[in-house]
Amino acid sequence: MFPPRSQRILLAVLAASALLSAVSGRLNPYFLDVALGAGISVVLASSLNLINGFTGQFSLGHAGFMAVGAYASAMLTTTLAPRLGLSANLLQWVFFPLSLVAGGLLAALAGVAVGAPSLRLKGDYLAIVTLGFGEIIKVVLQNVDAVGASRGLTGIPSHTNFFWVFGSAAVTVYVVWALLNSTYGRGFLAVADDEVAAEAMGLNTTGYKITAFVVGAFFAGVAGGLYAHLKGYLNPGGFSFDKSIEIVVMVILGGMGRHSGVVVAALLLTVLTESLRQTGAFRMIVYSVLLIVLMLTRPQGLFVWPLWSKKEGRP
Amino acid sequence: MTEFLQQVLNGVSLGAIYALIALGYTMVYGVLRFINFAHSDVFMLGAFVGWATVERLHLPTRSFGGGLAALALAMVVCAILGVVIEKLAYKPLRNRSTLTVLITAIGVSLLIQNVSQNPTIGFGPNPRAYPELFPARQIHLGGLTVSTNQIVVLAVTVVLLAVLHWIVHRTRTGTAMRALSFNATAASLVGINNDRIISFTFALGSALAGAGGVLYATLYPSIDPLMGTLPGLKAFVAAVLGGIGNLPGAALGGLLIGLVETFVSGTRLSTFRDAIAFAILIAILLFRPAGLLGKLKVEKV
Repeated sequence: MFPPRSQRILLAVLAASALLSAVSGRLNPYFLDVALGAGISVVLASSLNLINGFTGQFSLGHAGFMAVGAYASAMLTTTLAPRLGLSANLLQWVFFPLSLVAGGLLAALAGVAVGAPSLRLKGDYLAIVTLGFGEIIKVVLQNVDAVGASRGLTGIPSHTNFFWVFGSAAVTVYVVWALLNSTYGRGFLAVADDEVAAEAMGLNTTGYKITAFVVGAFFAGVAGGLYAHLKGYLNPGGFSFDKSIEIVVMVILGGMGRHSGVVVAALLLTVLTESLRQTGAFRMIVYSVLLIVLMLTRPQGLFVWPLWSKKEGRP
Repeated sequence: MTEFLQQVLNGVSLGAIYALIALGYTMVYGVLRFINFAHSDVFMLGAFVGWATVERLHLPTRSFGGGLAALALAMVVCAILGVVIEKLAYKPLRNRSTLTVLITAIGVSLLIQNVSQNPTIGFGPNPRAYPELFPARQIHLGGLTVSTNQIVVLAVTVVLLAVLHWIVHRTRTGTAMRALSFNATAASLVGINNDRIISFTFALGSALAGAGGVLYATLYPSIDPLMGTLPGLKAFVAAVLGGIGNLPGAALGGLLIGLVETFVSGTRLSTFRDAIAFAILIAILLFRPAGLLGKLKVEKV
């Protein structure tokens, strides 16, 4: 009695990340930092892929949801955790994942707040509303003194390790994959393919869009929590429009609405960004040129099989 | 009361600039049905062209002649830039999905911003002081303080809006523009060269953005490569508020956003002034998605 193949893969990845986590202390810390960053990117890109790729919406506010999750979980571990007097192990293995989930839930709540009014509208409006939401979050964080305002939030314990990052990445990819392969999940694809037709078939298109938004926002929030406890420091400026664009580029490069392509693109782009760090000022120029050229010549994404296919990606 | 009138005056002059930018968004949306994200960067480059007229071409500062020349030059350069962007980035995507065009527009916007921010090939990221293009004097009217810059902003905006109205409603090209935004296929069937009209629309919208850039920098004399983002977004909100695709709506929306922002700045919520435009946007989308002057379209299959 084996579980289905997809669940076996999930379990295998979880086991592998637990094993690697045990030896990660011996790795070069710089390499570990890049690897963890890449894992967080996978969570972000896969969750955005559900919204932008599979459901055919266009969100530019993923960094905003990430910020909500990051600040929420960091507040929990910096203010609540010390008062509970938990042991280090309990903090690392029980309290931290709970704070990640709490951050994710708060981000999901933000997803409902943003999605409900704007998702009744078409793609380009949604892009602007989500962009605006990201800006509002940034302005609010910069003005709330309890979270450090524009000075940023410091002294966040470093709970993020190999297991939590790659475990979360595996769970994210699995949830998105399983959701889309369920009977209910086919509706996301229907909404992306033809909204009017989907509605005529009796699907609650707004409901699907909001679900995609909420699930996507939840995992963005989790990624934010991981990021906060990796860097140990949060700054509202770090969750700007540029960050959202970075995630969008990963999704587009991987091929909107492709599971593996987006994971590969997330890993690749994080490493690429790291190697372009010396050329700092030119990094965003490379990004934007990449974006334009890709849209003009290969809108379906780079890692889409067959490689010579001329078909446009999911809208 | 005087303070109220003063705030109205400040709000109207800021709103006039938002209106100029919003018109570009709304015109492009009218003919191509997509949001030209790069519009806010054309606005920024307009301000930089005005700066370059003084710093590089050594046009006289503090004179109406020099200021108007800078304004005209910024409009011409931006119009050309708008057409170039359209030809290179948007034209090859004419029959692609809106999302593809939207992403390309974001790419163009990021490209302009980051090239301008680059110290070796652009202007560098640091803010620069803006030269005084127009003679700046304060005029006291009763308790009100009116700066000549505000008068210039309002006068130029009124003239440009009048010219735009004339072009759109009294010329053949304008008629073609309206026909195109009404129904692109039918327009090409009656012999309108759609590509030419689209280019013309980009030129017109970008010229207005260029003028807006110079005027904005005249009121707030510090410019940097990212200065376009927030005014651009607010102008977009203005276009949606008025009803996107609707020219008088864009002007009205611009004025309203300018007024609201100025009044919010005067209260204790002043640090939230940048967030207020987006709150308005979400409110409009909730209660009146077609905007104040727009008509709701029913999608037909």
